[in-house]
Amino acid sequence: MIDKLTSALQFQQQALALRQQRQETLAGNIANADTPNFKARDFDFSQELKRATAQQQGSVKLATTHAGHLPLSTSTSTLDMQYRVPAQSRLDGNTVDMDMERAQFLDNSLRYQADIQFLDDRISGLRKAMQPEQ
Amino acid sequence: MAIFSILDISGSALTAQSQRMNVAASNMANANSIAGPDGQPYKAKQVIFEQQLQANGVGGVKVKEVVESEAPARREYQPGHPLADEQGYVTMPNVDPVAEMVNMISASRSYQANVEVMNTSKDLLMRTLTIGKG
Repeated sequence: MIDKLTSALQFQQQALALRQQRQETLAGNIANADTPNFKARDFDFSQELKRATAQQQGSVKLATTHAGHLPLSTSTSTLDMQYRVPAQSRLDGNTVDMDMERAQFLDNSLRYQADIQFLDDRISGLRKAMQPEQ
Repeated sequence: MAIFSILDISGSALTAQSQRMNVAASNMANANSIAGPDGQPYKAKQVIFEQQLQANGVGGVKVKEVVESEAPARREYQPGHPLADEQGYVTMPNVDPVAEMVNMISASRSYQANVEVMNTSKDLLMRTLTIGKG
């Protein structure tokens, strides 16, 4: 029962976790906008989400020989971080493009809120399904 | 909690940028200090930023060191000045007020960008806390 609930929310949870990691990456880029030789980083969100969900399905299964055993939770593996290609080069070797980073940050935070909304809807749908008939 | 580390990242940038502003203010204030405690004219100072590494290569920023500018000192011809040398020149600080002003503006813009990142993250965090309430 509980693992059904978990798997119903698994995808949203993973998407949210990845969004949060991306948020952190972008915040790091913005924080280092003036650090010499800093290279801006980012990752391909859809690819990482695909990988995370594939891992979830095809992961190693632990034998549960007791009702109290918990299923193995796959820890989020290291992300495939990539370097941004700068549109203009700077003399100090820094590749942070502030406009781009801020646009991406805004985009990511809106999508994060959208993910939360989907998760909320999912939860209220499940809750409704659990209500006794009236 | 991982999402709080965004606040750490942006907070470290706020600290670093405000230190940069402090140094710029000190340079501006001492643009005409021809004798410091050691009897030498004031030397312009500059901060050096360095990336703080955390997991995944994402991290905040910190001030590695404050270095003194190696720019040649300005020399002004003031024969009547008590600190003038034999040829009548007074050695002035090597502060470039225009460069300091630009530095100050750049620091304050970066500071604002990081405050914005913090505000957005706070909103997302508050929103995350309300998951499942609807």
